[in-house]
This record gives sequence, C-alpha cells and structure tokens, in this order.
Amino acid sequence: MEQALFYILATVTVVATILAIAEKHPVHAIVYLVTSFFSLAVIFYLLAAPLIAMFEVIIYAGAVMVLFMFVVMMLDLGNPGEAGRPTLRHCLPALLLAGITLVSLVLLVIGRGAEEGPDVLQVVSIRDFAATLFGRYGVAIEIISMQLLFAIVGALYLGRRRRP
Amino acid sequence: MSYDLIDIALAFGKIAVIFMVILLLAAYLVLAERVLLGRIQERFGPNRVGPFGLLQPIADGIKMLVKEDVKPAGADKWLFYLAPAMAAIPAIMIVSLIPFGAPLTFFGRPVGMQVVDLNVGLLLFIGFSSIAVYGVALGGWASNSKYSLLGSVRGLAQLISYEITMGLSLVPVVMLARSFQLSEIVDAQKTGWFILYQPIAFLIFLISIVAECRRIPFDIPEAEGELVAGFHTEYSGLRFGLFFVGEYINIIALGGLAATFFLGGWHGPLLPPVLWFLIKALAFAFLFIWLRGTLPRLRYDQLMHFCWKVLTPVALLNILATGWFILLVGKG
Repeated sequence: MEQALFYILATVTVVATILAIAEKHPVHAIVYLVTSFFSLAVIFYLLAAPLIAMFEVIIYAGAVMVLFMFVVMMLDLGNPGEAGRPTLRHCLPALLLAGITLVSLVLLVIGRGAEEGPDVLQVVSIRDFAATLFGRYGVAIEIISMQLLFAIVGALYLGRRRRP
Repeated sequence: MSYDLIDIALAFGKIAVIFMVILLLAAYLVLAERVLLGRIQERFGPNRVGPFGLLQPIADGIKMLVKEDVKPAGADKWLFYLAPAMAAIPAIMIVSLIPFGAPLTFFGRPVGMQVVDLNVGLLLFIGFSSIAVYGVALGGWASNSKYSLLGSVRGLAQLISYEITMGLSLVPVVMLARSFQLSEIVDAQKTGWFILYQPIAFLIFLISIVAECRRIPFDIPEAEGELVAGFHTEYSGLRFGLFFVGEYINIIALGGLAATFFLGGWHGPLLPPVLWFLIKALAFAFLFIWLRGTLPRLRYDQLMHFCWKVLTPVALLNILATGWFILLVGKG
C-alpha cells in the first residue's frame, strides 16, 4: 500500500514539476509547483520524516510560493504568451547539469547494490532532530542565520525610502 | 503497519461524524451571528423561517444551491473554479487535528477523540493555515476584477504577516508542553491551563486568529466600503457559499485550537469533556461575533504596523522570557 502511494505521489510530483516549467503563465506555474511541493511533502512523510514534510509545506508551499505569487500579482506581467519558448542554446547548461546529476546517481546506485538500504525506516523524534541540529551542527546554523540577517539588512537598505 | 477492519471503520466513522457536526455548527453559527448582531444593533435578526428562525440556514443553503453560477468575462476559468475549494478545504482539514474529548474505549481498544494525532500536529496546523492563503489570492486574481485583485493582494499581505505572529505565539506553548502533539499539549494542561503561564502569548494568538479569519476589525481584504466584497466580489451561488462556509468553519476550528493550546482543551470539572470543549470553542466564536458588532475596521497601514512593529517584537521577547523562566525555575 505504501509503495503504491509512493508511485502515485512520485508521478504527481514529476508531472506537476514538468508542467510548472512548461507552463507559460506564471500564476499557473506557481499552482503546479505548489502541487509538486505538496506531494513531495507527503513522500517525505512516507519516508518517516514528518518534520521535513511539515517544513516542506510551511516554508516552500506556504511561504516562498506565496511571496512569489505576491510579486507576480504586483508586477502584472501583461501578455505572458509573448515570451516565447527557450531555444536549445538556453537549455544547454541546464541539460548539462541534469546529465551530470543523472549519471552520478546511476553510478551510485550501481556501485552500492540494492541490498544496503535500511529495511525498516526509523522515525527520528523531533527532540533528537532538534538536539542534533542545534548541538552538533550548531555553528553551521548560527552562520546560516547570520547570512539571512545580512540578506534582511540588504533588503531593508535597497527598499528604504529615499529622502531628497 | 497493519490495520484491521474495525480500525478502518472507526476512523471513517469519526471522520463522517466530525464532518457532519462541523458543517452543521458552521451553518448555525451563521444564524447565531445574524441574531446576535441583530440584538447588538437593537433589532430582531432573522426569526421568520421556522420556530425562532431555526430553519434559516437550510433556506439559505437552498438559495445558494439554486442560484446561477456566474463566471465573469475574462476570468481564468480553472483557477476561478478551484479557488473556493482551496479556501474551504484547509479549514476543514484543520478540524481533523483537534482533540475534542478524552480518549474512549470502543471494542476493547482505545480511540482518541480526534481524527489524527500526529507528532507534528501543531506544525500541520500552521502548514494548513499557510496553504489557506491560496484560496484568497487565486480567487481574487482569477476573477479579472480590480476590486477582487486589490482585495486578494491585501489578503495575501495580511495573512502571511499574521501567520508569523501566530507561529511565534505558539512557540511558548510548545516549550511548556515539550511536544508538537496536540493530545500531549492538552495533557500537559491537566493541572494548569497555559493561559495562566502565557497570557501575552494567548492575547497575541487571539489577535492573530481574528486576523487569519479576516474578521472585523481585520477584514481589510473584503472591506465593503472600499472594495465591494474584496476577493469574492465576483463569486455567486455555491462558490460564494464555499468561501462563506469556509470562513465559519475556520472560526470554529481556530476557536477550538485556541481552547486546545491555552484553555486546557477538553479538561474541565463536572461536565463531560466534549461539552467542555464545545463551550470553550463556541465562546471564541461568540467573542468573534461580539468583536464584529463592536469594533470599527482598521486602516491597512495600521494593520501592518501593528503586526510588524508591535506584535512580532512582543512575541519574540515573550519567547525569550519563557526560555529564561523554564531555565531558571525548571517549570515544564
């Protein structure tokens, strides 16, 4: 049953992501991407990572995409049909990176063999997760939070009201 | 994981009962609001359909069902049709997280009185309330109307701002209960309700849920005086009904959650737990209606300044103070 669920969700995620890229209208693309994030969150839940699933919903589907939509609505992009399809030259860097990722994934799977994966997924409690995150990786968290603080200060500087 | 038939039957039974009860409560909350507002404004309110007007919600439902479903010219068809559901479904899903009674025993097995008791329940609530923004945003955008678009842009800004204060006001609750699981949060309040330890967090949460429901004094997205009806101006018939019912389900759900987080959930003396829970949740609904009858609407800039310059810093300081308190006193 969980396997069947996984395949359904994986199909939804991949199809929604492809549609998000192929869709010309930015608001529709956002809706497809939110769908993809949502099914991805359920996949995380199936993988016994409920906390990550919740972060996926709250941060990506709930916060980041809402801000995207806010920007799209404020900009009013007029006629999105005129943008035109990207040519092969535009796609080349993306195709190259995707190729590298795919090849390394295949190599990894072949090199490892099938039997090494854990049989039973163990649910990590939120307390253990938090203790690891703020204990062992505490310095990294602090550095990242400082980086976000710089971004906020930068945004405030750019968005300040200029007085003549 | 293996389930047997009784488990599945119990789960579906719970879902069906809660769904029916919540829809009925939402319908009668509309009537209660109209009657109470009438009394506040010294009139009678609806009292013609049935005894004391009790059949009014059913008449309203039939009216909405048979009304014409109008789609404005130039509207984005699919998103226009989808948006009401996107507004109502998260509200209904939030109800499934609330523990509304003490665990009972059916067929020799313990059954929790809530649909799901996840260990990340509180986070799922925040997730659903952040998803609910899309109904407001897409509904207004897809209508191809300036009033609707203005309403939904205002709604977007308001909802994402007040979500932050709502999340921050729940952090002290998690710190005291030491869990994200709603049933454990209720159990942690067996001896003392969290409103006693966290009056400031309770006030911030209360203000935030009024803003999340887009109720007066925070009904900027649908301000009638300026925007006709805001993001649902162009909706009619059952699609408008979905927005409408979603709003009232949201009131009950958020009232129930406020009772769960701060007022000890279903704990209470003498009366049965389910009754206690209903009393607490409906008291919040009454408060919402009372606010609507009493307060004027805030201005948009006042609303945003209040959120970012008052509530957010106070909520952050409250978290810091709670942390020190727990560290020094060892409570929790």
